[in-house]
Amino acid sequence: MARATAKNQAPDAEQVSDQKVQTLHDYREMLRIRRFEEAAARAYTKGKISGFLHLYIGQEAIAVATAAAIGKGDHVVTTYRDHGFAISLGCDPKACMAELFGKATGLVGGMGGSMHFFDRDKGLWGGYAIVSSHFPVATGHAFASKYLGDGRVTLAFCGDGAMGMGPTHEAMTLAALWKLPIVFVCENNQYSMGTPLSRQLPVMDITARASGYGLPSDRFRVVTVAETRERLAKAVRMAREDNQPSLIELITYRFRGHSMSDPAKYRGPGELDEWKRHDPIEIAYRELKDKHGISETELEAIDEEIVAEMTEAERFANESPQPPPEARFLNNYAKD
Amino acid sequence: MAVMQIRQALREAIREEMERDERVFLMGEEVGHYDGAYKVSQGLIEQFGDKRIVDTPIAEAGFAGVGIGAAMAGLRPIIEFMTFNFSAMAFDQILNNAAKLPHMTNGQFTVPIVFRGPNAAAHMLGSTHSQAFEPFYCNIPGVKVISVATPYDAKGLLKSAIRDNNPVVFFESELMYSVKGEVPEQEYLIPIGKADVKRAGEDVTIITWGQGVPVALDTAALAEQRGIDVEVVDLRTLRPLDDEAILRSVRKTNRAVLVYHGWPYGGPGAEIIDRIQREAFDALDAPVLRECYEDVNMPYAENLEQLVLPRADRALELVLKVMNAA
Repeated sequence: MARATAKNQAPDAEQVSDQKVQTLHDYREMLRIRRFEEAAARAYTKGKISGFLHLYIGQEAIAVATAAAIGKGDHVVTTYRDHGFAISLGCDPKACMAELFGKATGLVGGMGGSMHFFDRDKGLWGGYAIVSSHFPVATGHAFASKYLGDGRVTLAFCGDGAMGMGPTHEAMTLAALWKLPIVFVCENNQYSMGTPLSRQLPVMDITARASGYGLPSDRFRVVTVAETRERLAKAVRMAREDNQPSLIELITYRFRGHSMSDPAKYRGPGELDEWKRHDPIEIAYRELKDKHGISETELEAIDEEIVAEMTEAERFANESPQPPPEARFLNNYAKD
Repeated sequence: MAVMQIRQALREAIREEMERDERVFLMGEEVGHYDGAYKVSQGLIEQFGDKRIVDTPIAEAGFAGVGIGAAMAGLRPIIEFMTFNFSAMAFDQILNNAAKLPHMTNGQFTVPIVFRGPNAAAHMLGSTHSQAFEPFYCNIPGVKVISVATPYDAKGLLKSAIRDNNPVVFFESELMYSVKGEVPEQEYLIPIGKADVKRAGEDVTIITWGQGVPVALDTAALAEQRGIDVEVVDLRTLRPLDDEAILRSVRKTNRAVLVYHGWPYGGPGAEIIDRIQREAFDALDAPVLRECYEDVNMPYAENLEQLVLPRADRALELVLKVMNAA
């Protein structure tokens, strides 16, 4: 009620100023992800990165909103499209890029590559490359939080492609049955690799499944970081305070192919351009320029600074050493 | 010494470790209110409550994964499969998550977890419920594999498995839960990776584990009537293998026969024979032979099942064959 009242009043100068600072932060963080991904794509075409490279371009607002919606000690568990979360959660782009290059200085020492980013202390608890396989594991983190009473919340992200798979539904069943502090988030980017939603799911509203588990749900198109953050934060609060898990569907779009080898010929005519007109980065850019009076020159300077950061990350990755031969024997088994 | 069944020995191991460490919990189908499909966990829910003896719906991938995620976050789960045949539904969790996470995260996470339950054939359960899973799990770096045949080994090794910081696959046997044996009153642990000579002998080594152990001992008794002195080496741990114990015995007897439940193609049987021929080729007086399942899916019909399963009379034939080879 209080917020509804506030909405009806004219925003005061202080609120506008707060908004400006927030949008500027959101814009910068989204752009950092995009410029990281673009640098990675360039390095891939130069042959510096091998294997699979799945870019997050178009979906950046989600990772930025997530980082702001969670608390310290919370866990974020995601798919192989994981670079965005790494950057938004505060992992060093140098370590991320070095991981893509398969270097000893990489986020996981060159053991995982693009699809297996982990940074325990930053809250990035994977980085999972088998679709749906991480949902039960994430539910286990939430089980441990409830068991230990540590007040942590787990956010488990999947793509729309995971919605046809068994472990996704087993995980939601168990979390709902046991009232675990977890938020399931489906990033519906419209395609399971090259298969559109209409050819993979009999019911395209993903949250329609929530009622089968007794999970509250939310479903919306990702336009701004602010709205996404607010609605994720509500679910996080519900998980933390009431051990109430929920399912959120975020409607989004990836501007690149599934991976670097995918020319994305399956898109309809004009489809990509239409989605790009609602690019959260562009929307933030326009808001900063038009509403908050930040000049194009200033915004250009921010961009240049970020490009420099990512160029430095690429240089660092390139110049870093490969892991020593004996590294392959490490950590296959834990030390006693 | 107390005399107890294997199921009781397992229960006491779980009880002691749960009393010792609050992070240990048991999870699986029917482990709590039903008291366990094979009564291993009988009475534990009364002592520890449903927070630590956790009944699950039928969702093997789900609860195996929950165990892994909980282990990553600092707990020490024991996951019971009603039978390892059902672990096939959770195979991805063990293969791609439990086994790989310590390595793939560059040591940021460990996965201290035990997956346990009955393995291999029982009696007339048909092909989907009669499989030995050693070849699948032993093949995976990052996993330890144990198979027990006595109450003493069951208790001592399960306690070690629960304390181990790695994923441990722990094979029991439906037909052997009632097997009785002596178990010390005082606490003890059996180290993972150590074989045990169940019968000392001079002429032929039989290498075995799990449900193969009683078949091997029966074979030794039959051989004794023929004046052949068989040594029975129970591996107890299948990964890592106790190479030293295997080679020590083979170098003494110069002959080896393997007796185990499971298919012949690949698996620990083939691995053991490979290690023997590589490391003790000169000590061998005969080829290494094995008595195991026939290379077919398990039929339901009793007469056919008996033909497929490993048998002491057929293992004796192999013993005689390697004795006559020199």
